[in-house]
Amino acid sequence: MSVEQEQAERTIRCLVAKVGLDGHDRGAHVIARALRDAGFEVIYSGLHRAPEEVVQAAVQEDVDVVGISILSGAHNTLVPKILDGLKEYDAFDDRLILVGGIVPDDDKDELRNLGVDEIFGPGASMEEMIDFIHDNAPER
Amino acid sequence: MSDLVDDLLAGKHSALARVITKIENRSPGYREIVSDLHEHTGSADVIGVTGSPGAGKSTLVDKVAATYRDRGLTVGVIAIDPSSPFSGGAVLGDRIRMASNAGDMDVFFRSMSARGSLGGLSTATTDAVTALDAFGKDKIIVETVGAGQNEVDIVRTADTVAVLVPPGSGDDVQMLKAGILEIGDVFVVNKADLDGADRTVQQLREMLQGRDGRPETGHHGATELGGDATALEANGDDEPETWDPPIVETVANRSEGVGAFIDALANHGDYLDRTGRRVRQTRERYASEIRTLLREDANELLADELARRGGIERYVDDVVERHTDPYTVVDEVLEPLRECVAERRDG
Repeated sequence: MSVEQEQAERTIRCLVAKVGLDGHDRGAHVIARALRDAGFEVIYSGLHRAPEEVVQAAVQEDVDVVGISILSGAHNTLVPKILDGLKEYDAFDDRLILVGGIVPDDDKDELRNLGVDEIFGPGASMEEMIDFIHDNAPER
Repeated sequence: MSDLVDDLLAGKHSALARVITKIENRSPGYREIVSDLHEHTGSADVIGVTGSPGAGKSTLVDKVAATYRDRGLTVGVIAIDPSSPFSGGAVLGDRIRMASNAGDMDVFFRSMSARGSLGGLSTATTDAVTALDAFGKDKIIVETVGAGQNEVDIVRTADTVAVLVPPGSGDDVQMLKAGILEIGDVFVVNKADLDGADRTVQQLREMLQGRDGRPETGHHGATELGGDATALEANGDDEPETWDPPIVETVANRSEGVGAFIDALANHGDYLDRTGRRVRQTRERYASEIRTLLREDANELLADELARRGGIERYVDDVVERHTDPYTVVDEVLEPLRECVAERRDG
């Protein structure tokens, strides 16, 4: 009984990653904090991470959610590199991939095709994101 | 399930990561996994690093890991951060400092939170160390905030414990209060470029000379700076060799003193081997692990039994009403177990 209960209440782990030459981390901090307050374990990457570092963190920390914050417009370059890296280490299928930042509509479809699960732009609410994670966190 | 063990032993990083997740969550099957891994362990050197928040643990660990990597060794790091007692959530930020090993998969860095509800953090840490050891890591570093019994238990999983003391961490009474003197094999005054570092080193040295009730006079050679080998000097032929913890000064963010720190760790390792203490320490550790597991499992068994009997509140009601008393309740719950054990033993 207790085992199943613990399974149901499994702590969800999220990586909040800042990738590339984008120094705007206020949003990432706010999100890290909101996710923490929602009861998630948040691993914050720090600024200016290379795609390989994000992959390294996502694999080693075995996170359920990889949240990539990009405000620099370089998502078309950086996000595919991260996705490829995750696939290389067999860490893509059972992970929720979220992108936050400023992504033009035209790019959104492409990112989704590549394997991004959801994209949150300006104006997205915390509740929206937290609900999405609760509803879509991978079964393990 | 055993696929996961096979994958881990074959060196698959995601398998190692998933095993640690199962250990953390106490997922079904985690015990079998840890059991299967045990026979593959015993080759790693386990180092505990503890100290107050902001002492520079993560930065130092990063530099140490990079140095080990330069020497061709593989490294595993377990960094334990507190979790919120309110939401259960946590922000695990130690990874930010791991800049020297960015993208290097042979440094396996894992953040763990001190999840209050599951208890047994030291058990989870021990099991995670087992996983890293079986994976084949040469050096395993366990990093934790040094405050309280939980953390002391955690660092006991280590062969060698390093305690970081930042300059200006209060007067010597504070150090006594924190109880850090007893657990350290190597002391590090990090941020040694700050004002007050000399004074902290001096205070530490005085405190350490009084430790274990050893006389302070005529005690030569102890606690030389730089962690050199003079601290190893034997006390005489017939006395067993004792360990005088060296004090190392470092400026971790500039990599200063990291070499001396690693030498001090290695010296302590040599001391453990030379005196047979490593074997004794390992035996003690396994003994306490067995005891802990027994206690945890027995607790669980009793909790289930209590729940089956309608929960503890019912008994509390009876105790409050003076119909019974706590001792009688315990005897009542335990009696079938005792009978069962006696029956098995005799039969």
